[in-house]
Amino acid sequence: MADVIAYVEMRDGMLRPVARETVSAARALADELGGGVVAVALGGPGSADAARELGSYGADRILAAEHAALTNYHPDAAVQAIESVSNATAAAAIVFPASARGKDLSARVAGRLDRSLAAEVTELSVEDGAIVVTRPVYAGKAYAKLRFRATPALISIRPNVFPVVEKQGDGVVETLDIEPGEARTRVTGIEGGSRERLDVREADVVVAGGRGLQAPENWNMLDDLVDALGPQATLGASRAVVDAGWRPHGEQVGQTGKVVSPSLYFAIGISGAIQHLAGMQTANVIVAVNKDPEAPIFGVANYGIVGDAFEVVPRLTEEIRTLRDSGG
Amino acid sequence: MNSIVCIKRVPDSEARIRVASDGKSIDPSGVKFDMNEFDKYAIEEAIQRREAAGGGQVTVVTVGGDDARETLRQALAMGADEAVLLRADPSLDGLPIARALADEIGPRPFDLLLFGKQAIDDDGMQVPAMVAELLGLPCATVVVSLDIEDGRATARREIEGGHEVVEFGLPGVVAAQKGLNEPRYPSLKGIMAAKKKPLEEKDVVLVDGGLELVELSGPPARPEPQIVGEGAEAVPELVRRLRQEVKVL
Repeated sequence: MADVIAYVEMRDGMLRPVARETVSAARALADELGGGVVAVALGGPGSADAARELGSYGADRILAAEHAALTNYHPDAAVQAIESVSNATAAAAIVFPASARGKDLSARVAGRLDRSLAAEVTELSVEDGAIVVTRPVYAGKAYAKLRFRATPALISIRPNVFPVVEKQGDGVVETLDIEPGEARTRVTGIEGGSRERLDVREADVVVAGGRGLQAPENWNMLDDLVDALGPQATLGASRAVVDAGWRPHGEQVGQTGKVVSPSLYFAIGISGAIQHLAGMQTANVIVAVNKDPEAPIFGVANYGIVGDAFEVVPRLTEEIRTLRDSGG
Repeated sequence: MNSIVCIKRVPDSEARIRVASDGKSIDPSGVKFDMNEFDKYAIEEAIQRREAAGGGQVTVVTVGGDDARETLRQALAMGADEAVLLRADPSLDGLPIARALADEIGPRPFDLLLFGKQAIDDDGMQVPAMVAELLGLPCATVVVSLDIEDGRATARREIEGGHEVVEFGLPGVVAAQKGLNEPRYPSLKGIMAAKKKPLEEKDVVLVDGGLELVELSGPPARPEPQIVGEGAEAVPELVRRLRQEVKVL
C-alpha cells in the first residue's frame, strides 16, 4: 500500500493557505509511490464544503469530519482521527503543514503511532522505494538528508516552499465519523492579534526592520511599505528590536524566532547577525538597505542599497505605489 | 509544585556551523555551546512555580554526552534542585530521545513537565508533544503565558497571527516560547550551590526510530550579491531589477 495521507488545516471553516501546498506535496509523493492521496479535513459544521476543492490539487479521497467541537483545533480528536485513517489505509506517509498547529499535531501523532517525524521538510522524494527528505537544521546553517525505514513516514512541510499544483479531477468527499470525546487538552478560543496582516511565515513578501530604524514609532514607514506591496506582504523584525520591546515576538525572524522563505525579503536597517541570516537566507530574493556598506546582510542580499532607511524606504514606497497604480 | 524540565546543550545561535569531514556531523572546533535558549524559559517557569507554591522540587533532565554536565550545572545554578544525565550518543531523530525521556520521567511524580519549544540544533520541535503522547498527558506547545489554578492550567500558545488559548488538567506538558518569563542569570551564590546539588548519571541506549541520516550538507549558495547604489536615487534601479531581472514585483 502506498497511499499518502494529507492533514488539511482549516480555520474558521476555511482552508488555510498551506492546506493546498500540503495536498500538492502529498500528490507528488503519492505519484512517485504509485498510490493515492487521502486528505483528512476536520472542522466545524459546513467545513466539508470548503474541503471539496482539494480534489483539484490531487486529493483522491477527502475524509471530512464536521462537528461543533472541531471548530477550534482539537488535538486529541485530530490524533485519534489520523491514527484511525492511518490504520485503515496502511499509509506510506502522512504529510502535515509545518504550521503552528501542524507541528503540534504531527509530533503528537508521531508519539501515538511511535513513528519518526521529519519536521520542516523542504525536499521530498522517493529513492529505491524509500522516502527521502531534506530538512534544514541549525536554522538552515546546514541541511540534513534523511531516509525513512519505517512506515508511515511522518513529514511536516515548510510553508511557502512546495508549489501548489492544480490537477484535473474531483476528489470524493466522504464523511469521517469521529465523536470528539472529553479533551485532555482543550482549545477554548483564539485571540486575534493582527489578523489583517499575514503571519511572517506565510507571507509572500516580508518587510523586516532592525535597530537601524532607531525607534518603534518609525515602523509607520515600514507599515506604509507593506501596505503598498499589498495583502501578500507583512512585517518582520530582528531579534534586537524584539528584545528591546519595540515589536512583538511573533514577528521575530531568525534562529530563535521564525524561519521564513518568502519570494521577497526586505531587510531594513538590519546588520545581519548570523542568527538572523539563518532565519531568512532561503528567501528567494533578498533586498538589504543599510547605512553600513560592510554590514554582513549585504553578503546574502541579491540587491543592496547603501543608505539611510529614512530616505530610501519612503522613496521605495512611492515607487511601488506608482507601479501598482499604473497596473504594474 | 514539582516540575521536571528537559533541557539540551546546543551550539550558540551565533555559532558558524560547518559540516565535518564524515558528512554526518558538525565540526565542533571553534563552536561555543550553551544551554538551548528556549530551555531557559522552561527552567525559569519551574523555579517561579516552586517559589510561588512555597515548596516543591525542580528536576532537570537531559539526554547527551559527558559535556552536558556543564549545561545541567548551569540549570542547577539558576535554581533547579537536582539533575539527571541520560548518557547517550546524539540522535537527529527525535523519537528515540522522546522514548528515553518518557522512560525516565514516567515513574516520577510531577505536576508540570516543561521543555523549551524547540532545540535550535536539530529544530525538530517534536520531543515535548511526543513525550506527552507516550505518557498519555495533556500538552501545550509554544506557550507564551501560563496560569495555574486548582490543578488546572490555562496556557496561551503562539499561532499564526495570534494566540490559541488552551486548558488542561495537571499533570501536563508545556513547551516554552520566548515571552513566557524573563529567565534569570545564575548568581555567584547559585553557581557555588550548584556544585553540591545532586547530579545523577546513567547510560541509556537509544532505540532506532527508523529515520536514518544520509548526509549533512551546507546551505545552498546565494546568488552573487549586487550593490545597486547609494541612497534614495538607487530606488528606481532597484525596482526595475526586482521587476525585470527577478520578476518579484
